Order: sequence, then structure tokens, then C-alpha cells
Amino acid sequence: MSGFLPFWPEQASAYAASVDRLVLAFSALIIVLSAPVFLLIIAFAIKYRRGKPADRSHPMNRNVWVETSWAVIPFLLILIFYVWSTQLYFGLHRPPADALEIEVVAKQWMWKFQHAGGQGEINELHVPTGTNIKLNMISQDVIHSLYLPVLRIKQDVLPGRYTTLWFNADKPGTYRMTCAEFCGTDHSVMGGSIVVQEPDGFSLWLETSATDSTLAAQGAALFRRFGCSGCHEPHSSVRAPSLAGIYGQPVALNNGTAVIADAQYIRDSILLPNAQVAAGYAPIMPTFANVATESDLIALTAYIQSLATDNSRSAPIPTNIAPEGTAP
Amino acid sequence: MSALSKTSEDGSIIGLEHEPAGETRHERESYLRAGHTLRSWLLTTDHKRIALLYLVSVTFFFFIGGLAAAIMRVDLLTPEADLLTNEGYNRAFTLHGVIMVWFFLIPSIPNVFGNFLIPLMIGARDLAFPRLNLLSWYIYWLGGLFTLWVLVSGGVDTGWTFYTPLSSMFAQGNVVMAATAVFIVGFSSILTGLNFIVTIHTMRAPGMHWGRLPLFVWSHYATSVILVLATPVLTVTLALIAAERLFGLGIFDPALGGDPLLYQHLFWFYSHPAVYIMVLPGLAVVSELVAAAARKPVFGYWFVAYSSIAIAAIGFLVWAHHMFVSGMSMYAGAVFSFLSLVVAVPSGIKVYNWTATLWKGHISLDPPFLFAMGFIGLFVVGGLTGLILAMLAVDVHVHDTYFVVAHFHYIMVGGTVSAYFGALHFWWPKMTGRLYPVFWGRVTAVMIFVGFNLTFFPQFILGFLGMPRRYHVYDQQFQVLHVLSSTGATILGFAYLFPLIYLLYALRHGTPASANPWDVTGLEWTVPSPPPKHNFERIPLVTRKPYDYEVEKEEQS
Repeated sequence: MSGFLPFWPEQASAYAASVDRLVLAFSALIIVLSAPVFLLIIAFAIKYRRGKPADRSHPMNRNVWVETSWAVIPFLLILIFYVWSTQLYFGLHRPPADALEIEVVAKQWMWKFQHAGGQGEINELHVPTGTNIKLNMISQDVIHSLYLPVLRIKQDVLPGRYTTLWFNADKPGTYRMTCAEFCGTDHSVMGGSIVVQEPDGFSLWLETSATDSTLAAQGAALFRRFGCSGCHEPHSSVRAPSLAGIYGQPVALNNGTAVIADAQYIRDSILLPNAQVAAGYAPIMPTFANVATESDLIALTAYIQSLATDNSRSAPIPTNIAPEGTAP
Repeated sequence: MSALSKTSEDGSIIGLEHEPAGETRHERESYLRAGHTLRSWLLTTDHKRIALLYLVSVTFFFFIGGLAAAIMRVDLLTPEADLLTNEGYNRAFTLHGVIMVWFFLIPSIPNVFGNFLIPLMIGARDLAFPRLNLLSWYIYWLGGLFTLWVLVSGGVDTGWTFYTPLSSMFAQGNVVMAATAVFIVGFSSILTGLNFIVTIHTMRAPGMHWGRLPLFVWSHYATSVILVLATPVLTVTLALIAAERLFGLGIFDPALGGDPLLYQHLFWFYSHPAVYIMVLPGLAVVSELVAAAARKPVFGYWFVAYSSIAIAAIGFLVWAHHMFVSGMSMYAGAVFSFLSLVVAVPSGIKVYNWTATLWKGHISLDPPFLFAMGFIGLFVVGGLTGLILAMLAVDVHVHDTYFVVAHFHYIMVGGTVSAYFGALHFWWPKMTGRLYPVFWGRVTAVMIFVGFNLTFFPQFILGFLGMPRRYHVYDQQFQVLHVLSSTGATILGFAYLFPLIYLLYALRHGTPASANPWDVTGLEWTVPSPPPKHNFERIPLVTRKPYDYEVEKEEQS
């Protein structure tokens, strides 16, 4: 489409193409609905100009049926498009389970991307074509919004809460990435690019950008440095729940309810440990709110996620995990 | 003949008279000459004088807000940050938004024309609470002075939306002062809304039952209901921001245990209805102008009257369509998308009914009617692009881009400002007693239409191409469209200055206006131009419907 229509933005995913089809079809409808207004106003202004003779007999001043029809018929036509667009939107909010996950931290005024293999990027995001990618995003300060125009998607990035965005890019290239939510002084330069590569090229990039340790391994180091291991590992003097195998599982709470131990719960439990205390434990954990950055919290979560289901009570420090194997 | 269809003594049409412009008898006896001292103006309780005080005040703020826009458009000529710094640009668009929304668009038509015309249209001698009316103007200026203080003390950089936690914890500028200004001016809105509601309920002339009210009054009634119900929510929300910023009370900042989306819900619960506060008075004006232009009753009076009420009611249920990418539940998104499509129905009814009103009319192309037709065209584009934005999947792409900027400027500037100028050109002879040069009025109407489209149509394309709003450093590919937009803004700027010249010229040198220079219906045209201090010598008895034109007489001519 971008080839033969001037002023049409590039598309780099099947989803982008389907949004564009919706835009074109809906634009056609609204032109049909509005053309009579434009044409008739001009035609009437000419034909019935004051002082000009014209057939003005039997003017109508009301007609309930005519009025009802021009209220209802356009609305029903628009509802067809409502269903179409809402389905696309729902699809955008249901990321596939096999997606390759990339962690995103936004802060004034930069984007930080963290791959599971430990590769980190600033203001640049490498992704392979033909792969479902899911971004888990959080902000360290104000609200930002990750906007990828070629994919026709954006999602606000909130402080204190993970939001997600998923896509499947199919056209290699380097495209614009911007912040869409006003975030302060350097908002208009808080951008960068998304680099979409063929899977081979992406693997090569992963290898050349590899660091000493995976994200989970970085988390394990933090787990020791912050002293988490002192309480959460077996045989410690303080009684704290074991974290092995809890990720994604329900956790019974002191107040009788239960939550799923997802990234949000783990993050909140590190920052506000006494808000949702596991059943049978005393609320004695201190907060790490002034110690751990959002990037630290992501690494710690990745580490806890990596702890295998209960086969090793002593938390192992994992070695390099191949990025392909990290999707849950 | 009823009071409604009585015409002036000489029945002259605007621009055809060429008598010397001395002071007429009506002028000597008018509200304008009832006291010459400054005190007689600043302590007046006459709704007509207060309307003129507002006219001067909102014009002042319109040009301050316009100046900020002009600086931005010059800055946007190039993709680099050359005229303004990043911080300077942020402060410019914040002031532009704050001033234009709260100090021009919201008070403009209601406080100038609503104030002047509602008592005249319903056959009353003043509003129900004349002193409250004056107080509302003083409160407006108190808020205005705070805003000017913010302006000279370095400005504020949050955007007019004051999104948290940026505004409450991170922004550098004078946020508390700006929030205070908006907090104060809100009370002015509430008082005006209350005054209109009570006046319309209790002070209609004998025989002026609800089915005989001009549509102008219906729309102002709907506007007033929103002013009274929505503004307090904004007041509370701004107070909460100040509390979080000053005392660290955790309401919106998650670092303090708050929720930033709570702020957005509260803010848009006011600010989406506020959009209807801004546009319903425009719809009010255009209903009057279309009937006057066609010399016909408005097609489907009751549909148009109730559509205003429907817009006001449904307008309260669509706020979260500003939050489709905010992280809100997708099911909430689906509900608010649907309701946003529903609110378009009554707007559609108005547009189709106006078009039908022109059918078989006697259409005049005098300046006010050109403004009205320009309004319809721009309002249709603004409204339909609003439907595009209500579509969830499309909104995800164009949300917070120039597409949104273009959309709401088509409604607010193309719509409301065109209606404001239409009203100014229609009722100016009534307000001042003087006719203005029709030729320059037509030139201005056409220039505003052309300049507006050149300014804002390219912004739809910019937004769809992915240019975010509130960016002054931008990608090279967008420059052509930005230059087009700035060119249009130059035309628009001159077009806005013209009326200032010829209307003020007409004040002194214009031909005196008859009571009914446009030869139209409506009680306000039965009193002399300008009206006497107490409007009506005898309270009129209304026996006919509004827009009761004599079709037969016209057809024979």
C-alpha cells in the first residue's frame, strides 16, 4: 500500500495491513455519510439563493421517519466497523503463549530493552521476523508510551505496573520508535529504532551482543547482593517462603485470598512486602523500594522464574540459557 | 402580528444604508449609554454589559493563546530545535492549551452571547442572579491573573491535561499555580451554568413555553447542566494534584501508593463533557444562523432540541475513550468505544437537519451565514474523524499523534471558533447598534475557512504517518506537511485579526443598525439596537413558535 499511495505509512506486519484495511473501508463509509451534507449545502446555496426564483412550494419542516432513518441507518452501518475494530483490539490484548519475551524499562528520556539471554539495548530494539514478540514494559518515573508506527501499535508504559505489547513483524528493516505520551522536557527526542531482522541475522546479533550472564543469572547475583538468599533459601535462620517453583502458581495469602505469583506480584512483594503476605508467614520482610531499580526487579523476577519446580531446594545459579528456550 | 415576528420600523437590510453615523436616539437610550463612568461598567449587573466585559476579556486571552500557537508554528517549520528549547516548546503548548480551553473556548460563547442573548430571547429583563453574574466575571479574571502570573513567572510544562505523576511529582514548572488558576476559573463556570439554568426555568415571558424556546436556549441549557455537574470533578481533581505535589499525599503516584490511571479517569470525566461545553454553544449559534440564513424554521425542531440534551447526557459516559492505550481493561475499551459511537448520533441528527433546513430556503450569503456553513463543513470533518478515533484498533495507531490534534482542532477551532465569529457577525449590530462592512465580513469568513483547512488538514496526514503530538523535534519526512500547516496558520492568524479592525471601525463609523437588520425572527430583534437598559418596556406575550417565517409573502416576490 505504501508503494502507490503517497502519504501512506510503511507496514511491517500482517496486523498493520489489517488495520490499514479497516481504515480504508471505514473512511469509504464516512465519505458516503458526509458527502450528501457537503454537496447539498453547496447545491442548496446556489439553487435557493435569496432573491433567486426557484420552486419553493411545500417546504417540509419535520418528518419523524426521515429523521429517524438518518439517525439509525448510519449508526447501524458504523456498528459493523465497531465489531471489526474491536476484534482486532482484543487480538492485540491476547498475546500468544509461545511469544519471545523482551523486558522494557522506560525512563526520562530513554528506552531500555533487556533480552532473556542477558543482551541489553538502549533506544534500539532487535527482533526477528516471523516470531511472536511480547514486550513486558514498565516505567521508572512518569507515564511513557511505546509507539511503533510501522506496526500500527502503541501502549502506554506505566510506573508501578507492567503493561504488555505483542507483535509479529514480517518485513526486515530499521523503523522509527517513539514515545507517544508526553513525558517532560525531552519527550520529543525520546525515540530510537526497531531493527527487524531475518532469524539468522537476529541470532548472529544475539551472539555478538552476548554478555557474561543471562538475565536470570544477573538476577541470581542480585538475589545474593540484596540479601534475599539469606532468608528465602532453605536452612536460613529467618523463616521465609521458598521461591522455587512459585512463578505462575497461586499463592495463598494471610488474609485468606490467593494471587498468582506473576511478575507484578513478585515486583510488588519486593517493594511493598507487607501488602500481600504469604499465608503462614510473618510480615517481617523489609522493603527494597529505595534499593532496587526497575531493571533489578526484572532481573530478580527472571531469576525466580528460572527456579525449576521444587527439584532443587537450593537455588541454582543457571548458566547461559539459549534465548530460544526461555519462552514459558 | 405577534411579538416574535415584528420587524423594525424601517426594515432596512445591512449595508444598504448610507446615513451619517451620528448618535441615534436608540443609542442615547441604550444600555451602552446608561452610565459612562468606569464604575458603571465594573460594578454593572446588566447582563448585556457583563457580556461586553466578557467579550473584551476572552478576546484578550484568545490573542495570548494565539500568540503561543504562532510561536509553536514558527518553531515547527524546521525539524530541529532552533527557535525554542525543548522545555520552552513544552511551556508554549501548555499555555496555549490552558488559555484556549479554560479562558477562551469554555467561556466564549456562553459568557458573551449566552449572557447577552438568553434574557432577550426568552423575554426577561436580566438573568436570575445579576450580581452572581458579575461575580462570575471577577472570578474569571482572578483565574486569569493567576494564569498570567504563571506565564510571566516562567510557565508550566505539563500539557493542559496535567497528567500524573508527571505533573504531581516530576514537572519543573509552576504546576500548583496553574492548577490554582484552573481551579478558580471553574467556579466562574459553575456560577454561569447555575444562573442560566435558573433563568431558563423561571424567567421565560408569558407564552414562552419550552416548545417555543429558540434552539440557542436549548443548547445553552444543556451546556449549563454539564457546567454544573462536571466542573466540580475537575476542581476536586486539581486539588488532589496540589495535595500530592505539596504534601506528598499518595493519590496518583505509584511510588507513593497511588494510581496514575485514577487521575486520567477523573480528569476525563470532566474534560470529555468539557468538550461538549465548548461545542454545544457553537451548535446553539449555528441552529439560529441556519434558520436565519434560510428564512425557514429549523427542520425538526424537537429532534434538534433533544439532540442537545442527548449530547449532554451521553457525553458523560464516554470519557475513557481517551484511555484506549492507557493499560485499561480491553472490555472497558469495548464499552467506551461503543458509547462514543452512540454520542455521534445526536450530532449527526443536527448536521442532517441543518442541511434539510436549507432545502427550499431563501439562502443568504451574508457573513454570519458563511461562517455557519463553514462551521457545518468543519464540524462534519471533526466529528467523523472522531468516529475514526472511537474505533479501538485505529485509535491504538493514531492515539496521541497529530491525527488527534487535527481532530479536536476541527471541532474546537473549526467548529466553536467559527460559530463564535458567526455569532459576533450576526449579533454585533444588536450589541453595538452599528453595522459593519459586509464585504470584509465575507472575506474573513472565507479566509478563516481556507486558512483553517490548510493548517489542520495536513495534520491528519502527519498523525497517520506516525508523528506524535507535543513533539518539536521531528523526523525529516514530516517537514513538508509542517510547512504547509504553518502557512495555513499565517492565513488564519490574519483572518482572526481582521474583525478586530473592521468591527472596531464600525463601532464609531458604522451605519446605525435598525432593530432587525437581518429581517429575522426572535424576541431579541424586537427591541431597538442596541437594546435599552432593561431590554423590554413591556414583557412580551409570546404566541408563536420560533422561526415563524411568513413563507407565502416570500414566495410571491
